[in-house]
Amino acid sequence: MRVPLSWLKEYVDITLPVEELAERLTLAGLEVAAIERIGAEWDRDKIFVGEILEVKPHPNADRLVLAVVNYGRGAPMTVVTGAPNIRVGEKGHKVAFATVGARLIDGYSEEKRYMTLKPSKIRGIPSEGMVCSEKELGISDDHEGIILLEDDAPVGVPLADYLGDVVLDIDLTPNLARCLSIIGVAREVAALTGQRARVPDPVAVAEGAPIDGQIEILIEDPDLCNRYSAMLVRDVKIGPSPKWMQRRLTLAGMRPINNIVDVTNYIMLEWGQPLHAFDYDLLRPRRAGGPPAIIVRRAKPGERMTTLDGVDRDLTPEMLLITDGGGPVAIAGVMGGLESEVTEQTRNVLIESANFHAINNRRTSQALKLVSEASIRFSRGIPASRTVPAATRAAELMRTLAGGVVAQGVADNCPVPQEQKTVRLRPEQVGRVLGIDMTADEVKATLERLEFECAPAPDGLDVKVPLHRLDVEIEADLLEEIARMVGYDRIPTTRLRDELPPQRNNPPLELARRVRSALVGCGLYEALTYSFVGAEDQDRLLPPASRADLSVRAVEPGPHLRDMLPCILAADACIRLANPMTPERTTMRTTLLASLLAVTAANLRFTERVNLFEVARVYLPVDDKGLPNEVTHLGIVMTGPRTERSWLTPEPEHQDFFDLKGVVEALMAALGIGDWHVEAAAHPTFHPGRCAHLLVGDKRVGIFGELNPTVRVAWELPEQRVCLLEMDLDAVLGHVSAAVKFQPVSRYPAVVQDMAIVVDETIPAAEVERVIRETGGRLLRNVVLFDVYQGPSIPAGKRSLAYSLTYQSDEKTLTDAEAAKVHNKIVQRLAAVLGAQLRGPSGR
Amino acid sequence: MLEQLSDIRERAMAALAAVDSLTALDAWRTEYLGKKSFVTAALKSIGQLPPEDRPVVGKAAHELRLALEAALEEARQRVLALEQERAAQAERVDVTLPGRPATLGRLHPITQILYEIYSIFAEMGFQVYDAPEVETDELNFQLLNLPPDHPARDMWSTFYTTRDGILLRTHTSPGQIRAMRQFCPEPIRVILPGRVYRYEAVTARSESMFHQVEGLAVGPRITMADLKGVLTDFARRLYGEHRQVRFRCSYFPFTEPSMEVDVSCALCDGAGCRVCKHTGWVEIAGAGMVHPQVLRNGGYDPEQFTGFAFGMGPDRIAMLRYGIDDIRYFYSDDLRFLAQF
Ligand SMILES: [Zn+2]
Repeated sequence: MRVPLSWLKEYVDITLPVEELAERLTLAGLEVAAIERIGAEWDRDKIFVGEILEVKPHPNADRLVLAVVNYGRGAPMTVVTGAPNIRVGEKGHKVAFATVGARLIDGYSEEKRYMTLKPSKIRGIPSEGMVCSEKELGISDDHEGIILLEDDAPVGVPLADYLGDVVLDIDLTPNLARCLSIIGVAREVAALTGQRARVPDPVAVAEGAPIDGQIEILIEDPDLCNRYSAMLVRDVKIGPSPKWMQRRLTLAGMRPINNIVDVTNYIMLEWGQPLHAFDYDLLRPRRAGGPPAIIVRRAKPGERMTTLDGVDRDLTPEMLLITDGGGPVAIAGVMGGLESEVTEQTRNVLIESANFHAINNRRTSQALKLVSEASIRFSRGIPASRTVPAATRAAELMRTLAGGVVAQGVADNCPVPQEQKTVRLRPEQVGRVLGIDMTADEVKATLERLEFECAPAPDGLDVKVPLHRLDVEIEADLLEEIARMVGYDRIPTTRLRDELPPQRNNPPLELARRVRSALVGCGLYEALTYSFVGAEDQDRLLPPASRADLSVRAVEPGPHLRDMLPCILAADACIRLANPMTPERTTMRTTLLASLLAVTAANLRFTERVNLFEVARVYLPVDDKGLPNEVTHLGIVMTGPRTERSWLTPEPEHQDFFDLKGVVEALMAALGIGDWHVEAAAHPTFHPGRCAHLLVGDKRVGIFGELNPTVRVAWELPEQRVCLLEMDLDAVLGHVSAAVKFQPVSRYPAVVQDMAIVVDETIPAAEVERVIRETGGRLLRNVVLFDVYQGPSIPAGKRSLAYSLTYQSDEKTLTDAEAAKVHNKIVQRLAAVLGAQLRGPSGR
Repeated sequence: MLEQLSDIRERAMAALAAVDSLTALDAWRTEYLGKKSFVTAALKSIGQLPPEDRPVVGKAAHELRLALEAALEEARQRVLALEQERAAQAERVDVTLPGRPATLGRLHPITQILYEIYSIFAEMGFQVYDAPEVETDELNFQLLNLPPDHPARDMWSTFYTTRDGILLRTHTSPGQIRAMRQFCPEPIRVILPGRVYRYEAVTARSESMFHQVEGLAVGPRITMADLKGVLTDFARRLYGEHRQVRFRCSYFPFTEPSMEVDVSCALCDGAGCRVCKHTGWVEIAGAGMVHPQVLRNGGYDPEQFTGFAFGMGPDRIAMLRYGIDDIRYFYSDDLRFLAQF
């Protein structure tokens, strides 16, 4: 809402400097987004109200004239102008006159450029000043003609005093619909500055024949129209509205059109009641010989009409129409029709001042994508009591500004009169909710500033809500008004004295924190990617040949999705946006991998090393209508050189499966998960020979490995190994140990012995280690696999594994012989169970 | 003979002073104290001297030998130190060469801000409560006093799903209802962090996905003065203890009274700058007393309980703190961005 201060002042005195007023309004909820000062830049001693004494032809140019201007200071000056709105022979125009040295805006420049007015000679005639356009003064972009002021503008007064104004641009929240009007804002200003707004009870001089019998008003759908009031003004002369009205409309952000339309807009801005002006003579009767009729009803199926903007519109039975005897003439409270519009030829005007159902109006304007100043107000609610005062004021203005004759009376059809509400307020609630102590008298005085009327009631006050306050319905609404009037800044600031609620642990939050900290420690960066992906993105994790394989790509929602890792679900089974913003973000993801590959691809355009992780939710639909299961997953991507390239490592090796495996090991250690292992896995997203399931206990909780080269190509990633992991963090929650069990550190020296064995290459290293540990018992403290070898010195189909085994006792210093005893037992056991052969103590 | 010995002493001592390596020292020892050295020869040849000369020469030769041996030991220490110094010098490096790259990961800046928020509120007894991101219209709007077609729904542009009545939460507030329904009739102090979604074009200033942290306190004696206290404490902890905090009336359908919370701009100290749009204040949170109907929807009797709620945006906090002028950085995950925090 744009509020010119000059207009506001008609209804309330402005007792504060503008900045202070804006601050008070802002703190009270009317956020002043901007203070525009019209004329603040006009030099008070160089720009004046002037009067054109004479307009003479320019001797050397047909399209220019000479204007002799009296500006009240010394002799009149002659200026050259090409303004089309003054002509030779005219005189008496009041103009904005700038003398030499005035700072103005260049009227011919595209952007806003300041210039200083210099004496000039135009086609041989010296020009000693300038008559200004709106653009030159920064009022608007209009540079067509010069500003013509009212005839009674006082000559010689600085223009800033006469035309200067301040416009408050106020952002209004939906509850402040009452402030979509000058009078509404005036009431707030009055309440905040200890005054009472001067709201008049409008009166119209009505000398025409009574309206009775001249219009018939029928409301067929009173659920959507509380009240329909109309007044008739005959014999109007259509023309421009007066300059003061045009100026106010312009400052408030509306475009002046003609005196009748301008009056309706002016009243809307002033009172908040949208009006519509019909050309009375174009309204048709219901029956031959009857008066013109207004019928308010829902649209019929298939009905159409052409609105003021020339668009032919389909109407639906949810939409409320204003019709006459012949058909639709307006979409109620949204936009008028083209046929009954006020035109140059209009003589008689019917003023519509009605009250329409807010929600229905909002639906209609949304369905038609037609948001107007009227619908903004109707859709937020307007008191039905306002129709008659607004119509009366409009009729009076049409009488004085358009020479009309007002018919006596108001045709007022009011099936649902507005009732005045009363709300009970218990003063102790002020202390209970707001934390301030106020007596009943203080509460009463505070509410009365806002025109509430308070009467004593058994347990407090009966507060009568003024008719213009549709937003106050319950006690809490009154408490808010009290807080607003007291000022939030004067409410004390206290510490919570309430009992502390039971404090609970949050294992998922704690787990996520430990995961993040472990992975950052492993040198990974945390990413946060979008929760939505494009419809095809998840399918692109699979080579085309695998997309029909229902063991790796699901097409139905259900609880089974929880067990799929990664969960690649067909887009149409995912949670999908009904109104996506872009095709890249249409589908709620069921795996983190697609998002991670996308950011990897983006990063690989400028670097070759990307190590990222994300802890985020996936959205697994469990059925085809309800909320999805939101599961927290961990995703990791690692690709590129193991370390940054440097003079020490000019050609660092690239990361592969085992770099990621190392991170998995570190992560499991950091989470205190002991009971985990991996199994070789086959999944088409991953490299056929470099993929593993991660199991905790006997439950699969993750999958990791190198990306299948075919998929890598599909994602347009460069030719380098890309390691990926996805893990269900919620699934490991129960296995994370919060408490570490301390192991005493032995004070006795350890014996380290190496062992190299040759086994079938098909035997997993984990199996060998299991046998070693199992056999080694309590004395075997550590097992390190330090060499894996296949080659000429080993039979085909075999491989050599070399271990460094640490033996130690807690009770005594272990002798070599004691260690050797265990060592030999391990060798024999490996031979017996796995067919392993000793290959010498160490090395190849 | 004695003269010769004296010459030898002078020569040997001079030669020893010039010795600067263990190899040279060895050569010196061989020359002056070795089997073929003059001193050894002199000692051996004493028997051939006239008997009266023997004690004198013998004593002199012996003394010389002891002196040379002592000098040798002294020189050995000197040369050893010299050799060590030389070895160390050989390992000298250009200390201005870059170090071996150590890889250090980083948390996303939003996570860092979230953790900071958690810890500040944890000290006031507020614990983290998680709620779903895909929500029902009922929880996201209706139970928060936003029935269908309520004009205030315009305050949240919404992503709807193809499922009836299901949308992406536009704010963390539906978590208020979930927390109340779970904990009723206990008193509550929780914060609800997480992702929220808005049907908005992605620009430098707006994102279709961002984060929020909601706060909720419900209890028998909770007042608006307490709300001011909690948010003032929070703002000073997060933004600096000298910041001014301002509370403005505002409107949310689910709180009453409602407010916006501003903190004095740290960049210009309230004088006005581009970041605070020349107002001197930066908006940091929306808040208010929980509306009685919302308390009822959560299962609490508004005659027995009051509550407050607030909501803030970690993305915006991070933008202010780090001077980030484009919100799109957060979810592009460009390493050149992530590496800065
Ligand atoms: Zn600032």
